[in-house]
This record gives sequence, structure tokens and C-alpha cells, in this order.
Amino acid sequence: MVTSNQAPTLSAESQAQIDRELAKYPADQRRSALMSALRIAQVEHRWLSNELIAVVADYVGVPPIAAMEVATFYNMFDRAPVGRHKITVCTNLPCALSGGYKAADYLKQKLGIGFNETTADGKFTLKEGECMGACGYAPVLLVNNHSMCNHMTPDAIDKKLAELE
Amino acid sequence: MLEIEIDGKKLTVPTGSTVMDAANSIGVHIPHFCYHKKLSIAANCRMCLVQVEKAPKPLPACATPVTDGMKVYTHSDMAVKAQKGVMEFLLINHPLDCPICDQGGECQLQDLAVGYGQSGSRYEEEKRVVANKNLGPLISTDMTRCIHCSRCVRFTEEIAGYQELGMPGRGEHTEVMSFIGKTVNSEISGNVIDLCPVGALTSKPFRYSARTWELSRRKSVGAHDGLGANLVVQVKNNQVMRVLPLENEAINECWLSDRDRFSYEALNSAARLTQPMVKDGGQWKVVGWQEALELVATKLKGITASHGADSVAAIASPNSTLEELYLLRKSLAGLDIRNLEARTRLGDVRFETKAAGWLGQSIVDLAASESLLLIGSTLRKEQPLLAQRLRQSVKKGLKLALINPHDDELLCAVAGKLVVRPDQLVEGVLAVLKAAADITGKAVPADIDLAGVEVSTEARALAELIVAGEKKSLVLGNIALQHERAAELHAAAAALAEIAGATLGLLRDGANSVGADIVGFATNKDLITANKKAYVLLHSELADLKQGAKAAFEGAEFVVAMTSFADEARDYADVLLPVSPFSETSGTFVNMEGKPQSFNGVVRPLGETRPAWKVLRVLGNILGLNGFDYDSSEAVRGDVLNGDIAKVLDNTPAKAVAVKAQATAGLVRLAEVPLYETDALVRRAPSLQATVDAESAAQLRANAATLASFGLVAGGNACVQQGGASVTLAVAEDAGLPDQVVRVPFGRATLALGSGAIEVIKA
Repeated sequence: MVTSNQAPTLSAESQAQIDRELAKYPADQRRSALMSALRIAQVEHRWLSNELIAVVADYVGVPPIAAMEVATFYNMFDRAPVGRHKITVCTNLPCALSGGYKAADYLKQKLGIGFNETTADGKFTLKEGECMGACGYAPVLLVNNHSMCNHMTPDAIDKKLAELE
Repeated sequence: MLEIEIDGKKLTVPTGSTVMDAANSIGVHIPHFCYHKKLSIAANCRMCLVQVEKAPKPLPACATPVTDGMKVYTHSDMAVKAQKGVMEFLLINHPLDCPICDQGGECQLQDLAVGYGQSGSRYEEEKRVVANKNLGPLISTDMTRCIHCSRCVRFTEEIAGYQELGMPGRGEHTEVMSFIGKTVNSEISGNVIDLCPVGALTSKPFRYSARTWELSRRKSVGAHDGLGANLVVQVKNNQVMRVLPLENEAINECWLSDRDRFSYEALNSAARLTQPMVKDGGQWKVVGWQEALELVATKLKGITASHGADSVAAIASPNSTLEELYLLRKSLAGLDIRNLEARTRLGDVRFETKAAGWLGQSIVDLAASESLLLIGSTLRKEQPLLAQRLRQSVKKGLKLALINPHDDELLCAVAGKLVVRPDQLVEGVLAVLKAAADITGKAVPADIDLAGVEVSTEARALAELIVAGEKKSLVLGNIALQHERAAELHAAAAALAEIAGATLGLLRDGANSVGADIVGFATNKDLITANKKAYVLLHSELADLKQGAKAAFEGAEFVVAMTSFADEARDYADVLLPVSPFSETSGTFVNMEGKPQSFNGVVRPLGETRPAWKVLRVLGNILGLNGFDYDSSEAVRGDVLNGDIAKVLDNTPAKAVAVKAQATAGLVRLAEVPLYETDALVRRAPSLQATVDAESAAQLRANAATLASFGLVAGGNACVQQGGASVTLAVAEDAGLPDQVVRVPFGRATLALGSGAIEVIKA
């Protein structure tokens, strides 16, 4: 977790990953790698503080406001601290028709938090998400942006929560 | 060429034109907000929707390329319906605060709403409210009014060269802002005020002070740099309220530097001198013009009679008009006084051009060069709009190379650069010269000794760049022209230009430096350290001169200051004559490309202030001289510029100067005149003085290793000693400087410092 009075840094591993992304684009179009670079930085620091955005922009070699534009455009970038596990429930129409809201309500009741809130122990954050392209497996949810869980009935949710440390 | 028909009118346009270009070329107006001829196409306001035959829906004129045989209807039912629809959406979130909005009366949204808006709104929900941002001392924000045209964002990125503004957020949460906590620091930032089609970005100094319909618009010319930007000065109740650019594609395009835009604040400063004053027994006494001028005439006559004409010197600001300088020369010539200088910051008395030093070509031609080698220039700060123009040229293929004592960002691609110590600038040019001579097999002039000059790979690359191609330019900037070996730089650069077949240009600092040369305000003597018995000062102040000026003036028997300000010269002058700044006099500036631009006074002179050319005419009459019966400044101009101006422009070194590489070591100072220290007006403009650029005028900068070697830390303070004086400055890091170089600007904060060895200690 980043403390506010210390400039965040990118680990060597993150830097290597960003370098790999940068290599995919022409040298004069480094800006193209911004979205990946921000994703990599978010994986390392869990959320994108203003300071971290500036660090990423500096690393990619673009003005900080250019990175800010990207970081604020996409809702999978977190601009505020989140818990260790960010659970994003899809509530778009196909999911909603197949129990998306029920899954969300179950999570709210089980975790004792609402959307955009974090449990007191800092373990879980609950978010409302947009279509994840898996309507056939509704209800779906995402854990930490990267792992997709299908058919999230209350039993499946219980099982998943137990797995998450 | 493509054929297109717009509203029934047939025309042909070049391939690649947009419908907007085609419409503009025949004077058909298509309403728009985000489109601007100098900016990239965004097509995000949708106001310019037009009907195109066979297209199923209206198309944005600004982003639709013309195809052969296209038929466009800009005011058909379909087009107008689309435009009205867009206008309704734009007005949904726009506050109806026109009565308290500074943009009111000159607002594109207001104007187009008259043509395309409804009398009422169907929208009854809550309007969006956006927090205002602090963009610095020059730009005021009312972000709720923003319609997201993104002109300001594109301006900072494309024209100013660095994206300082952006549009974070998405959909209706999008807001134009700078990065958290940052201000907009570009030297040409004020242009976003003109670009903003609504009242979201307005001028902070002008805020709430007048309505646009109360202002008269009068033409003038920028008085702070050699570009000679064309101005529209807006006046109310005989007071300059604000300054806007007057479009002139050959000079300033449609832009204006912040220095030209905001320096007007000084014109209304409380420090203005409004009455002639005479020091009588150590006390200042207000006198009439006749009495003051008679005293000046008597004193000058007396001193020339008793000490000789050589004991008097005149020092004028290079921002003085041609007419002022000519009449000053003419009146002093009546007393046989020939010591005249307007190159107030000249570092090398050997520096002399055959005729007036100028850019060597027009600004447009310079920008159209294939390659350009810039020697000793902080271009963005010296000539902000020229830097902007070259930035656009670089995008079109200009190869820009630099020999500089710093590595300041030009915010454009640089084809090659050689960063040297400030005292190795001559050697840097010699290295490129040697390489160029090697490549071309041409001989260098005999006065230039290339023995011991080592050619680095960078120098060789620059030489290869400048000898190749057809249209090449080589330009000496302020750092080079104010250098203590300026004459050697001049000779070496001239030889390099000769060998490379490039045009040699000088970037002159003042608005009328070229004109001053034409009049003959150049002596090649150091008039300050010569401690003359009497000095005549025209618009020049201590901060325009070198160290020792104050002592020289205090030690002189008689100093007459022709100035617009009472706050400085009263310390050392004996007579203060209130003369008009550029806004209150008619006159002429000859810009860097040798183009004379005449202007009229835009307001009446303040108090008893009089235009200096009139004052000098009367002085000539009081001195009993012939030929002082001018009745207009045009008549004076006719006496100076009688014939082809090209004949009095020549950058060739007047005399051969021996040039030889010298080894240097130890700590060295890079002294340059900061952006907002250039002249009496700029130094008294409060808003400019509150900018980040003004802050850096009181800073010592060096690279991390150099700072560490003196135990200095960025953010701390340092005591700088030079020429028997010391000042304390804030410390900042500048990674682009070579080792053992301290960048200590030349301005009011460092006025006490002299030249020679410099010492730095932690304070």
C-alpha cells in the first residue's frame, strides 16, 4: 500500500513488464502503452494514486495529464484505495435477468457493505461492473479485475469468498 | 483538384481539403466551436454538421474530406435542424450566466445561440456544475461553462508543445483540467483565452474590468521582442484594458506571447512618472517641461564645453522607437556627442556587424529552412512565438540543431545538439566549423585558428546536418550575442555559414534592435565602465545594463532619465523626463526580419507625459539646432528610412577578429536574461511577475553533481559571489547543464553581481 507522503515507485518487475508493452509500439508513440502501463502499476500498488499516475507518465515519457486522462476514463482503473480483493459484480441486463442483482445483494449482506465500499478489515471491496462478455454464464463477477467467476449462486459465492485470503 | 458545390456555388479545391476548408475559401460560414484552422481536427462539438448529397445523415464539415462532385448544403432544412439539435444539447449544461460572464459580447456560443438556439429549454433537470481550476496567474477559469471543444487541450499539446491541459473523466464527468496541483506554465499560455469559444477560460488580469463592447480596438506592435507581433490594444476611458493578437500570418500568425499580452498591466502602474522632475539640492522638485528641458540643454552644453563631447553618453533601450532614437542621435549630434548605445546587454565590445544585424531572411523563410543550426539561445524564452513557429516547421520536416550551454527543452524533435560550458561556446562552434571544413574540403578564413580543436561525434553530426541540403540557416541567439566572446562567435558562425552555404541570422533581443542599428546606436565602447560625466538614458534601466551602471550614474555629474517610471531612476538621475511607453506614442519598430512596422498611440499620454520624439524635437529647438521642425513621427521616419531597407542590413562581421580555441576550467556562470526581466514594462507587470518563469529569475540552477559539490540542495538557498558582490538565491536542479556550470540569470535579483570568477556557498 502506498503511503501518501512518499512518492511511489515501480518495481523492477513492473518496469520490465512496461518495457515489454512499450516495445510493441513505435518509439515515437510511447503514449500507446499507457493503458497497459497503468494496469501494471495498478497490479503492483492495487490502486492508482495521483502520484503513481505521475510516476507511470514519467516512465512512459508523456505529460502526467495524458496518463490522468486514461486512468480516469476506464472504470477498471481504481482511483481510490480498494481492499485486498476487489469483487466486481455485473448488473447489466442479461446478468440482471439471470440473478446478477441477487448475487450482488447476497454479497452485500454477507460482507456487510454496499457498492463502492470496503470491509472494515480491508479485505473486500464491492463494485458494480459493466458487461464482461459472459452473459451465457450469468451471474458473473470479477475478482481483482483478472479472474472471472461464472454462475455465481450463493453457494458458489460462499465457496469463492472462502478461497480468497 | 476536386470539384465541389457548396450551397449551389461550384468551386475547385485541392485534394485533401475538408468541406470546412472549401466553405471558408468562398466565404460560406459554417457554425463551429471545436474547429480551428491552426489545430488538429477533433470533430467533437458537432456544430458544423452539414447536409451532403447522397449521405444518409448530416456530416461534420470540419472532418469530412471533399470528394469529387460532392454537393454540400450548409443551410438546408436537414443541416439547420442538425445544427439546432446540437445547440440544444450544448446548452443543456451551459449556465445562463452571460450577464456576469467576461466572454459576454464576444462569445461564440452566445452568437451561435442567437442563430441556432431556442428561446427556452426543454431540459428541466439539474445542470452540471464543475469546480474551477487554478491554472496560474494569467488564466481564470469558470469550468461550468466549458463545452468540451478541447481547443485549449489541443493548443497546449500541438502549438505550445507540451500537454499541460487534458480532459480526464468520461461522458458528462469529463472536465478540462491541468494535472493535480499544476498550473499552465507555457510562455504562450494566454492564447487559450482567445481560443476558448465560451467563457470557461478568460483573462485573469482583465477579469470583471470591462465589457467588450465598451472597448475600442486599436492596432499596435509588440514592444518586447524582435518578432514585432501585431497587436489589438483594447482601450476604455483612455486606459489600456487588455491586449489581443492581430492576425498576421507572416509574423505572429494568430498567436501572442504572454509577454506581449499581459505586459500592459505596467502601463497603468502606480509607479508611472507623470511630471518632469528635477533634483534640486538632493530634493526632487516638480517642474514644467520648458524648465526641465532648458536645464538639460544647459547642463549638456556645459559638460561638453568643459569636458569634451566624449564625456557624454546616451544609452537607449532597444525597445525605443526608431523616431526616438533618431532624434536623440540628431539632437546629441548637435553637441557633437557620438557615444550612443542601444545594445545594452552587449558582452563584447569587439562585436560589430557591417550594417544593421538582423535575421538574415524573413521569419517565413527561416521557418521554411531545411535545416537550422541555433547557437546560444533559450529560444522559447527569448522569442516565444518564433519557437512556436519553428516547432510547427519541425513537424513538417525542418531539422533543428542546437549548440547551447544548456539542454532546455524546445518541446519539439531536435535533430542534433551539442551542449557545452557557456565559456566553451566558441569552441563548440569551432568544432562544428572544423568538421564542416573537413567534409566540404573548403578552407576557413585565416583569422580562425582551428589548432587544438577536437571534433566530437556530436559536432561532426551537426556539421553533416548543416552542410547537407539546399536551404539552410544558422542563427545566433541572445546567449551568443550577449556572450563575452560574441565577436569570436560571430566570426566563427559567419565562417561556418559561408562554408555550409547557410544564411547567417542574428536573433535580436529588442523590439527595435535592428532599427537602433540602422540609426547608429552602436559604439563598440563600454560606456558604463568608462564613467562618463553625463548620461542620457532613454527607456533603459539598471536591469537592462551591466553591473557598475548604478555606480557610474551616481558618479556622473549629470544624468537625465527619459523614462515612463518614477520608481527607479530617482535613485541616480538628476532630471526625470516622463516619456511615453509604446502605447502612448506613434512610432516605428523594425523587427528582426528588417520589416518596419509603424503604429499610432492607442491612448493619450498619462499626466504630463509626452512622446519622446516630441520631447527630443523640443530639446533640439532649445539647443538651437536646425532641422527640428518635424510635425509628425512619419516625417521623422521618412528621414531615417529613406530608401531600400535591405541595403542597411548586413550580418557580416565588420572587422576580422582573431578566433582561437581556449581551454577553460572551474566554475562558470551561465547568465541570461529571463523571460520576464527583459524591459521596464515587463518587470512591472504584476501578473507576469507571479508566474513560474518569473520565479526562476531568482534561482540558481545547476546539475545534481555540481549542486552536491557545493553541498547545495534543491529547495535550499545559496550565496553567490561574483565581481565583489554577493546575492542569496533559491537553489533548483537543472539536469541539462554541464558540470561546474551554475545558471544564475541576469535580472533584478542578481543585479549586484559583476563578471569574472564566481563562487557559490551554501546559505
